[in-house]
Amino acid sequence: MSGVNGTEPDQLLQLAESLLALAQDGEQMEVAVSAGSSTSVRVYGGEVESYTSADSSGAGIRIIVDGREGFASAGTLDPAILKGLVQDARDNAAFAETDPHAGIAEPDGVAPVEVDAWREETLSLGAEERIARALEVERRVLDGHEAITGVRTATFSDSAGAGALASTAGIRAADRSTSVSSMVQALAVDGDRSQTGFGWHGARAPQDIDYDHIVDRAISRSTELIGATKPESATVDLVLDPQLTATVLGLTAGTLSGDRINKKRSPFSGRAGEIIASPLLTLVDDPTDPLSLGADSTDGEGIACRPVPLITAGTLDGYLWDSYNARKAGVQTTGSAVRGTRGLPSPGVHALSAAAGTAGSLEDLISSVDLGIYVFALAGLHSGVNAISGDFSVGVEGRMIRNGSIAEPISECTIGSTLQRLLLDITAVGSDRIHMPSGVAAPSMIVSGVRLSGK
Amino acid sequence: MEILWASERAVEAAPNAGRPHETGESYDGEVTTELLKSQDVDAVLAAGRRAGAEFVEIFAEDVERRSVNLDDRRIENLASSRDRGVGIRALVGDRIGFAHTSDLSIDALVDAVETAAAAAVGGTESAPGVPDPAVVVSGNVQPVEVRPAEVPAADKVALVRAADEAARAVDDAITQVSARYAETRRRIQIANSDGVRSGDDQTRTLFSVTAIATGDAGQQTGSETIGNSVGFELFDRNDVTQLATSAANRALTKVNARPAPSGTMPVVIGPGSGGVLFHEACGHGLEADLVRKGASAFAGRVGEQVASELVTIIDDGTMADEWGRFAVDDEGQPAAHNVLIENGVLKDYMWDGLRARAEGRPSSGNGRRQSYRHLPMVRMTNTYLAPGDQTPQEIIAGVDDGVYVARLGGGQVNTASGDFVFGMTEAYMIKDGKIDEPIREGQLIGNGPKVLQMIDAVGNDFEMGPPGTCGKDGQGVPVGDGVPTLRVTEMTIGGTSA
Repeated sequence: MSGVNGTEPDQLLQLAESLLALAQDGEQMEVAVSAGSSTSVRVYGGEVESYTSADSSGAGIRIIVDGREGFASAGTLDPAILKGLVQDARDNAAFAETDPHAGIAEPDGVAPVEVDAWREETLSLGAEERIARALEVERRVLDGHEAITGVRTATFSDSAGAGALASTAGIRAADRSTSVSSMVQALAVDGDRSQTGFGWHGARAPQDIDYDHIVDRAISRSTELIGATKPESATVDLVLDPQLTATVLGLTAGTLSGDRINKKRSPFSGRAGEIIASPLLTLVDDPTDPLSLGADSTDGEGIACRPVPLITAGTLDGYLWDSYNARKAGVQTTGSAVRGTRGLPSPGVHALSAAAGTAGSLEDLISSVDLGIYVFALAGLHSGVNAISGDFSVGVEGRMIRNGSIAEPISECTIGSTLQRLLLDITAVGSDRIHMPSGVAAPSMIVSGVRLSGK
Repeated sequence: MEILWASERAVEAAPNAGRPHETGESYDGEVTTELLKSQDVDAVLAAGRRAGAEFVEIFAEDVERRSVNLDDRRIENLASSRDRGVGIRALVGDRIGFAHTSDLSIDALVDAVETAAAAAVGGTESAPGVPDPAVVVSGNVQPVEVRPAEVPAADKVALVRAADEAARAVDDAITQVSARYAETRRRIQIANSDGVRSGDDQTRTLFSVTAIATGDAGQQTGSETIGNSVGFELFDRNDVTQLATSAANRALTKVNARPAPSGTMPVVIGPGSGGVLFHEACGHGLEADLVRKGASAFAGRVGEQVASELVTIIDDGTMADEWGRFAVDDEGQPAAHNVLIENGVLKDYMWDGLRARAEGRPSSGNGRRQSYRHLPMVRMTNTYLAPGDQTPQEIIAGVDDGVYVARLGGGQVNTASGDFVFGMTEAYMIKDGKIDEPIREGQLIGNGPKVLQMIDAVGNDFEMGPPGTCGKDGQGVPVGDGVPTLRVTEMTIGGTSA
C-alpha cells in the first residue's frame, strides 16, 4: 500500500492549493482536507462478530470576507462537490456578522518541530492477524479470572490517514499518521447483576500495544468491584491513578480554553498569575513531546505547536489560544487550535502533561490515606461537571481505603466539590508519571477532603 | 451508554448543517428516495450472494445539515455540510463483514460488497446463492410543511438574534447568551438479499438557547431546547423569544439557589425531561444485543415483575413529530409501538434485524445507526413511561422532606450493573408536601432495576422531554423521551453542599 487510498500528504496539499485558486478578491480562504482508511474487528464468544473496512475522506472550507465567516464541509474529495463547497462557504459568510477579529491564522514565524506519527508496519496488518489479536484479548480475559463470566466485546482497530491545510495567508501544512488500538469489556458476575471492566490501549504501531495492560485492567476493574455496596456518606481522600488524574486535569484544561476565557465562561477567567491549585501541581500542554501520542508539528490552523505552560507550582500561567481568540484577547496564538476537517478550529489541548511529584507509587499513595477511595471510574462527567461554575458532582466506583489498606468495593455514590476546590486540595502527587495512549502524561494524585454522598 | 441532552451540551443532533438545496426534489409524502438505481442495487446484492454471503444489505444515505450559531452577541458562523455514502453489510452465520464508501459508482459498490462478503466468509465454507425477489417495505414518512432548505438563511439568523435579545431583556444579571438553529435532512435507501426495498426521508429541526446568569455565588446556566421531526413549521408552533425568556428565568432561579444537599431521600420527578431516567435506567437494559451478551440486568426475565405495578414503559418510533421518530428504521423495517414493560411485567426486549434473525422472530423496528459508516444495532426511538391516575399535587403532597426535580440533564448507565447517574439541572426542595427553595445542580444516583421497584406514584399528566442524542458504542442517534410526574421512594442526591 503506498500512502493512504493512494493519497499522499503532498497530493492532498496540492488538492487544497488548487481550491485556494477559487478565492475571490478580498476573500480569506482556508482549506482542510483529509483522507484515510481504517479497519476494525469485533469478536464475541470466540468468533468474529464484525469486520469493518473503510476508506474515508473529508474537506472543510472556511471563507472570511469583510470580517464575516462562513464554513462548509463534506465527507468526500469529489472535485465537483469540493467546488460547490467553496460557494457554500461564501454563501454562508454572506449572512454572518461582521467581526473585526474574524480571520484565518497568519504565520507567526515559529518553526514546527517535526513529529513522525507514521509507522509503516501498521499498513502490513492482515485480516487473520487482526482477528487473532482480538480473539487473544478475549480469551485472555475469559481465562484470567474465575469470576469473569463473559466479554461483552473485544476489538482490534487500525487506521492510517493523511491531512493537509492551505490558506490564502500562506499557511501550508501536511502530515500523516497511523494508529492501532485494542479494547475489551469484561463482565464479572455479582449476584443477580454484573460488574463491567474496561481495558484499552492504543499506539502508532501494532507492536507497541500493551495487551497485558488491557487484559489486567478489564479483569481487575470488573472483579474488584464484586459485592460493591453503597457506602456511608463521609469526607474522604480520593486516590486517582494516572488515568483518572488525566481525566480530572483534562476537565481543568477544558476550562482554560481561550474561547471560554473570552466569553467569561470559565471559573478561571481573568485569574492568570493567581494561585489556583496546590503548589504540587504543574501542568503544561506540550505537543512537542515525542513520547506523547498527542504530539503534533502544527495545530488545526497550520501554526507550529509549542509547549504551553498552564499551571506552574499552583500558579495559573495562562490559557490556550487559537488565532481568532488570541486576536480578540490581544495576545498571540499559542498554536492550540484543534479541529477535525469537518469542523471549525477552536482552542484545546494536544498533549497535556502533568509533572511528576515525589510521593512515590500508587501503592505508596494508598498506604498514606486513612479514609479514602481508590477511584476506579467517574460516571456522568458531562452532566456532572459544570465548566462554567466549576460545580463538580459525579458518580464514583472503586474501593474504600481504610487505614492505608484497600477495603470494600463501593458503587451507587457520588462525590461533590468544585473544580476550583479539587485543584487546591491536591495533597500528594506521585512519582509514577506515565504517558498514556490518550496523549496525556500524568502521575497518580491524592485529592483530600472531598464529600462522598452515599447512605 | 450515555445520553447527551441537547439542552445541556452542544447540540449533537446537527453538528454541522447542510448545503443549499440543489436538486429540488419533489416531496409528496411518499418515499422519493432513490440514491442508488435499482439495477445497481440488484447487481450489488447478487455479487454479495455470489461471493458467499448468506445475507447482504445495502444502506445508502444522503445527509444535508445546516446550522446557525450565535454566541457572545454575535453570529459566530453559518455552517453547512453534506455527507453521502453507502454501507454494505454481509452476513455468514453470526459473522458480519462491513465496508463503506463515499463513492457511489457501481464499481466502488461491487468492490465494497466483495470486501464485506470476504470478511464475513472468513475461512468458513460458504454457500453462494441468489437474492430473493424484491418486496417494497414502506413506513409512514413524516410530512414536512416547510422545507428548511428552502427558507432563506436570513430568517434563520433572525431567529437566533431574537432569542439573544429576548433572553438579555429578562434581567441585567443575564450576562451571556448562546443560541443555535440546526436542520438536518437525511434520506436513506435500504435493500437486502431477503428482498427488502425500503427508504425514508427524515427532516429534523432544532433550536436551543442557553442563558448564563451571574450573581454573587458565580455563574449558572439555564437552557431550553426544542426539536422535532418536522420542518421550519417548528417555529410556527413555538415562539423562540418565549423559549429564551424561559431559559433566562431558569438561569436566574439557579443563581439564587443554594447548593444541593447530599444524602438519600424521596424524589419527585416532574413531567418531561425525567424520561431520560427510563431511557437509561431500563431502556438500554432491554436492548436485545446487550441482553444476549449478559450485559443486562434484565436478561432472562421476560414475564417477571421487574417494576412497580404503576410502571408501563413503551418505545414508539411512530410518534408523530417526535425527535426519535422515523418511517422505517436503518434496516428498512417499519417503526413500531413496542410495549416493553406493562404494569411492571417485562413483556419484551427491543430488536434489530440481526438479533431477530438469530432468534427467528420479527424485528421490532429498532435497528438504527449513526450513519452509513456505522453498523446498525438495537437502539431506542421515543421511550416513555405511560401516565397514571394521580394528580401532580397529590404526588408532591405525599412528601415531607425530599427533592422535586423539574429538569433532568444528561446521564450515564452501566447496563450490566444497572447503576446510573443523572445531572439535575433544575431542582427544588420539597418541605411538608410543598415545593420549597431551589437548589443548584447535583447528581441523582441509583440502580435502574431497584428504582423501577421503588416508584410509588405516577401522575396523570405527561410531557415529552427535550430532544436528545443517545450514545451507544460510539454511535449517536436522535431519541425522544417522556414521563408524567412520578415519585421514587428513595434516591441518592449527590450535591455539592458541605
